[in-house]
Amino acid sequence: MEIQVEHYLIISTIMLCAGIYGFLVRKNTLAMLISVELILNAADINFAVFNKFLFPNQLEGHFFTLFAIGIVAAETAVAIAIIINIYRNIQTLNVDKMDKLKH
Amino acid sequence: MDITFQNVVFLIVAIFITVFSVLTVTTNKIMRSATYLLFVLFGTAAIYFLLGYTFLGAVQIMVYAGGIIILYVFSILLTNSDENINTGIKRGKILPGLISALAGAGIIFFIIFTHNFMPSASANILQEVDMKTIGFTLVGGGKHQYILPFEVLGVLLLACIIGGVLIARKR
Repeated sequence: MEIQVEHYLIISTIMLCAGIYGFLVRKNTLAMLISVELILNAADINFAVFNKFLFPNQLEGHFFTLFAIGIVAAETAVAIAIIINIYRNIQTLNVDKMDKLKH
Repeated sequence: MDITFQNVVFLIVAIFITVFSVLTVTTNKIMRSATYLLFVLFGTAAIYFLLGYTFLGAVQIMVYAGGIIILYVFSILLTNSDENINTGIKRGKILPGLISALAGAGIIFFIIFTHNFMPSASANILQEVDMKTIGFTLVGGGKHQYILPFEVLGVLLLACIIGGVLIARKR
């Protein structure tokens, strides 16, 4: 049996939906950030797979994934800096307690 | 139906990623969640290796496993999460999340299986992209070459370093 595009897409779909579930259900900001990481990885797999199977003579998907990995690193660093700053101010990571701007 | 080495490896990686990505979002301890995320990222790198993108897999392992997971572990240890991060999540909150995730999965699977992908005839999974091509494409200024995004990404990372230090420093 030849491995087709669909087989790779099934894996990335499962990863994406696990990430969506975690992002919607979790209360801890760090756990939510981990779920976002899953979603971004699923998208990266798709870029690489489409590049390999549909346009094997070009490298667009390959480089998009490469730059996406760099941007994810930047995003994670800033997000974690913000989370640590929030923790310093209100001593919790629970999103339900983060309502100072609301009231 | 012949079972090749490629298929066996693919199946193992697929099961590995599925199990650990579900565990990442369901486990009770945040440290375990970060560890399972690390395994999922290793699985993603394995997929890149399977596709012949060796450089991409190496970058994935270096940046994610070497950088991002360390950041997560440090921030988990610096902050004080609940013993069980699933406490306080009501059943009425889990069900809508589960339904929307499964509905999204259903729609995506429907599109994947009804859409007719046309793989290029010259697609050869085992063919590796050589390092010289990647290097010339990354820092070349011509058509289908990526010097501008490369430089912009450098500026973005600099801005991110400064921003991270500014946000996280003690006042």
